[in-house]
Amino acid sequence: MRRGVDTPERAEESRKRTLGSRRRLVPYYLLSPAGLFLTVFFLLPLVLMIYTSLQSGGLLAGGFTFTWEFGNYTEVLGQYQRQFLRSIQYSAIVTVVALLLAYPLTYWIAFYAGKWKTSILLLILAPFFVSFIIRTIQWKFILADSGPLFGPIKDVGLLPDGFRVLATPFAVVAGITYNFLPFTALPLYVALERIDKRLVEAAKDLYASRWQAFRRVVWPLSIPGVFAGFLLTFVPATGDYVNADLLGGPGTTMIGNIIQQKFLTELDYPEAAALSVILMVVMLVLASLYARILGTEDVERAAGAQA
Amino acid sequence: MSAVAAATRPVERQAPAPLHRPNKRWTRFLLPVYTIVMIVYLSSPIVMMILYSFNDLPGQIDRQSARFWGFTFDWWKNVWNIPGLPGAFRNSLKIAFPSAAISTVLGALFGLALGRYRFRGTRGVDFVIFLAIAVPEIVLGASLLSMFVLAGFPLGLGSILLSHIGFSIAFVAVTVRARVQGLDRNLEDAAQDLFASPVTAFFKVTLPLITPAIMAGFLLAFVLSLDDFVISNFVAGQESTFPLWVYGAQRIGIPPQVNVMATILFAAGIIAAITNVVAQRRRG
Repeated sequence: MRRGVDTPERAEESRKRTLGSRRRLVPYYLLSPAGLFLTVFFLLPLVLMIYTSLQSGGLLAGGFTFTWEFGNYTEVLGQYQRQFLRSIQYSAIVTVVALLLAYPLTYWIAFYAGKWKTSILLLILAPFFVSFIIRTIQWKFILADSGPLFGPIKDVGLLPDGFRVLATPFAVVAGITYNFLPFTALPLYVALERIDKRLVEAAKDLYASRWQAFRRVVWPLSIPGVFAGFLLTFVPATGDYVNADLLGGPGTTMIGNIIQQKFLTELDYPEAAALSVILMVVMLVLASLYARILGTEDVERAAGAQA
Repeated sequence: MSAVAAATRPVERQAPAPLHRPNKRWTRFLLPVYTIVMIVYLSSPIVMMILYSFNDLPGQIDRQSARFWGFTFDWWKNVWNIPGLPGAFRNSLKIAFPSAAISTVLGALFGLALGRYRFRGTRGVDFVIFLAIAVPEIVLGASLLSMFVLAGFPLGLGSILLSHIGFSIAFVAVTVRARVQGLDRNLEDAAQDLFASPVTAFFKVTLPLITPAIMAGFLLAFVLSLDDFVISNFVAGQESTFPLWVYGAQRIGIPPQVNVMATILFAAGIIAAITNVVAQRRRG
């Protein structure tokens, strides 16, 4: 308004002059506050953990000192091999089961839910508004020997008295699967939703059966979503310790339980950090491979879709 | 491409059938029924939580039990009766509000930069956001604790707040970026053609258009902070938040009041989410 007296040409010219030099810096101005914050409270801690993992000493023996103590790594790898393998095994089962559970669900919502799409999506995501801890504790009650699921069956005598689900690997895997399902489902949904529905029509026009249309059109196009779901489920699930803690027993200890115990109870920071660094490296390798091959878009879109 | 491949051998399968024949077989019910089963499965712990906030426990028991005995409003009337729980609940809110507010401002600027501009280093910045979303919580929690310990930073509400802002920024950023990328750039150009300065154009045109995404980002950051357990567990020191308190209490059993509070938070979250969706629709 202020420049209403200028001729359009002059306004255009002055705009270009001020913008040309300053515009290039605008994105950096916008990025810098959060960038600074993420550097200090996200990137720096990850780097510092490598530093911590190479320390030696004890909290009571005068504190820890940095000594390039690579022995921490060989020691934890030797000592906790079982828990590492168990975590990877549980997490692999969880990832596969979660993909199998989520795929038909997200497929149906993306292709057939029509005007109900948003409502069904909200119904599916609503449970995850409740804290992870409370959801898991409720599963503990549902799966309890006298809980609403098995109690009645036991009362009728259809299950042996010694039958139990809690404290078994099954309970832990089921708990992790439940808690991580949205991380599998959202990227799948985002990928399926983006598929041009006319492609399926076209396949059917060309006499493809429903199954063929799915196999040859939908499935290949949804693969990026499957990989994004894999990435967002597999790595975090490997590090989970809450499910093993609440639903598991002595035989289901995962690597996360060890890390948590060492950090918070035993205060053995270097070894705990070494374990976390191993987990972080696995994550970095998988994430960089993924980003290199498929790009970062699907995962970020899925994270945005939560809102 | 696959469609073309299918076209090269159309006759080998079946004789020409009517195009798009409606699916009349019973299998058409399979997926809708499956979806309902999944909704029931996913909401079962929530149903438990709400139902057991009304559980009329017999005698002296004041912890959630696996059995449902009957209805009572006692726990709803005495929500604040458990020592320690109200304080932890207040701490959660004390952290969630500033965490959501700060991470929304920082994350929205970040998302705006990523969605609108091409600049050197886009890919690096993108990868950091991607990592912040994919990182296992335990790794982030452990490394934040390592840093606070190394730096001698006192553990407590302050360290929880800083950590929560840290992990929420990426989620707000991707939410806002998606919306910014979906915007018609011509709108802002039109505003500038009509002699609005870039700043005016931003505030009068762009900002109102991305407000729903900013609101959604705020809501997401708020819920992420309120529900966070793993990272808070590492950096809380002696302080407690609602999920931390519940985790501590569950060894001896959780009082039904926990279910009442969680139900209230759940209802508030759902109402906020629905309001945002409806507001977004109305705006078009």
